[in-house]
Amino acid sequence: PGAIRFRAGEASALPASVSPRRRWWHGGDSAAPRGGGAKKAVLFFEVEILDAKTREKLCFLDKVEPQATIAEIKNLFTKTHPQWYPARQSLRLEPKGRSLKDEDVLQSLPVGTTATFYFRDLGAQISWVTVFLTEYAGPLLIYLLFYFRVPFLYGPRYDFTASRHAVVHLACACHSFHYIKRLLETLFVHRFSHGTMPLRNIFKNCTYYWGFAAWMAYYINHPLYTPPAYGDEQVKLALAVFLFCQLGNFSIHVALRNLRPAGSKTRKIPYPTRNPFTWLFLLVSCPNYTYEVGSWIGFTIMTQCLPVALFSLVGFVQMAIWAQGKHRSYLREFRDYPPLRSPIVPFLL
Amino acid sequence: MASSEEDGSGNGSVEEKENGKKRSLGALATAWLIFYNIAMTAGWLVLGIAMARFYIQRGTHRGLFRSVQKILKFFQTFALLEVVHCAVVHTSVLVTGVQVSSRIFMVWFIAHSIKQIQNEESVILFLVVWTVTEITRYSFYTFNLLNHLPYFIKWARYNFFIILYPAGVAGELLTIYAALPYVKKTGMYSLRLPNKYNVSFDYYYFLIIVMFSYIPLFPQLYLHMLRQRRKVLHGEVIVEKDD
Repeated sequence: PGAIRFRAGEASALPASVSPRRRWWHGGDSAAPRGGGAKKAVLFFEVEILDAKTREKLCFLDKVEPQATIAEIKNLFTKTHPQWYPARQSLRLEPKGRSLKDEDVLQSLPVGTTATFYFRDLGAQISWVTVFLTEYAGPLLIYLLFYFRVPFLYGPRYDFTASRHAVVHLACACHSFHYIKRLLETLFVHRFSHGTMPLRNIFKNCTYYWGFAAWMAYYINHPLYTPPAYGDEQVKLALAVFLFCQLGNFSIHVALRNLRPAGSKTRKIPYPTRNPFTWLFLLVSCPNYTYEVGSWIGFTIMTQCLPVALFSLVGFVQMAIWAQGKHRSYLREFRDYPPLRSPIVPFLL
Repeated sequence: MASSEEDGSGNGSVEEKENGKKRSLGALATAWLIFYNIAMTAGWLVLGIAMARFYIQRGTHRGLFRSVQKILKFFQTFALLEVVHCAVVHTSVLVTGVQVSSRIFMVWFIAHSIKQIQNEESVILFLVVWTVTEITRYSFYTFNLLNHLPYFIKWARYNFFIILYPAGVAGELLTIYAALPYVKKTGMYSLRLPNKYNVSFDYYYFLIIVMFSYIPLFPQLYLHMLRQRRKVLHGEVIVEKDD
């Protein structure tokens, strides 16, 4: 009350004429003002953590350094409640407020010398990397099972036979390439903002990816598969679209990686680079999703298979939702966000 | 489930949500909902009477479905509107959608399409269950909208389901099961390979999957209704004075 509220890192935005010593920071006297050498009497904070639903006092920490981050506080909390490891803790200033970030510094929060945080259990967590690797390895393997016509999938007389259609071999190569690319990107390209997600997501996600992969693969590799109506022309066009979009998608992933230095969680507006595939950033907030839908449209045309079309459609709907969310958070965070951009489809969506 | 008494359609202006908050609707919306619920109550009453008359006059259930099918189809199909009502009364589109869809499915894709099972006893079972359920449900919503809810209607809505719901599920499952041989023989609603869309659909196996899906779904809806019952009727006993 009466104190200035500001976020970590904005202290330098104060006008130079304001003497830091004359203002009361939240968190009591700041005897160590920024930008001015003064006596370094460190004032410790006290932190109490309450359950957000029951308001029960779960933990009391005294002698917490003012520069302590939320991450460090979470570690301290885990010591008294080991079943709640930091990844499943959500600490907030209000019971229904938004979660504080791990990097937030205690003294920069609008709290008194005794800080009260509300705790919500996010449930068992699993790392994003683990989820991605599992959900992508599945389709890669499952498709190959159908491609090689492993027993019990088709009739016994087809076991371990090969399709006589060239497009079926091409489709296998494309599908496998796609998922190998995804696995490699997960390991070497992507930089994840969050370490973990709720455990139940892995069951949901794997059911989706593995289920659709099996459904698609069954028909494409079926002995009674019907090749595309317009023959080689259709397949060539589809392959061109597919490869173009795979390259595009990869380019965007690399560009996004380069936006953010290793280990940091900074957020910046992505811009087109010298790579022409990234020029789609001029029109769209999430060109990686645009290219991904494009790849699957290519694969649909190549295989002329209705389950593939349905998978593309469902994927598009999901990615459109994600793109809208991302677009909105870009708009919220950056005043100077380019107005021409749409979330996922240039000018339309 | 088709015979569920889930409040998903939310056709009352008084919501039965956890917090019991009353929500006010516009005058036009309220008028429409009152009309809708009265009409549906009447429709299912007519259906019930028609079924009773048939049985009393003929002494058999054979041919009963054929004689009442037009009324059944009309009023059950009209209930699709309840999905739209969700937008106005702020209830779950998903839950309502699932319920109405399962009813539509039973009426059109089982009973109507597979004529050989129309004289099965299980059909009469679920028809009777649906009739009693819907008359109770729609009159409950009607009285709620009019803010004059007789206790016995509320009691009926929250107690009948205990028997009706499992009975309805039994009727539906037995009917689908009876239909299986005819579906297999005729290969109806099925698409075989090869075809230019490279997809296939086997209605027979689809029906088997539908039957299995009752296993996870039925207990959830049933337990939900039991919880609602405890909340509504239990709270009622403590708080309400006699009129």
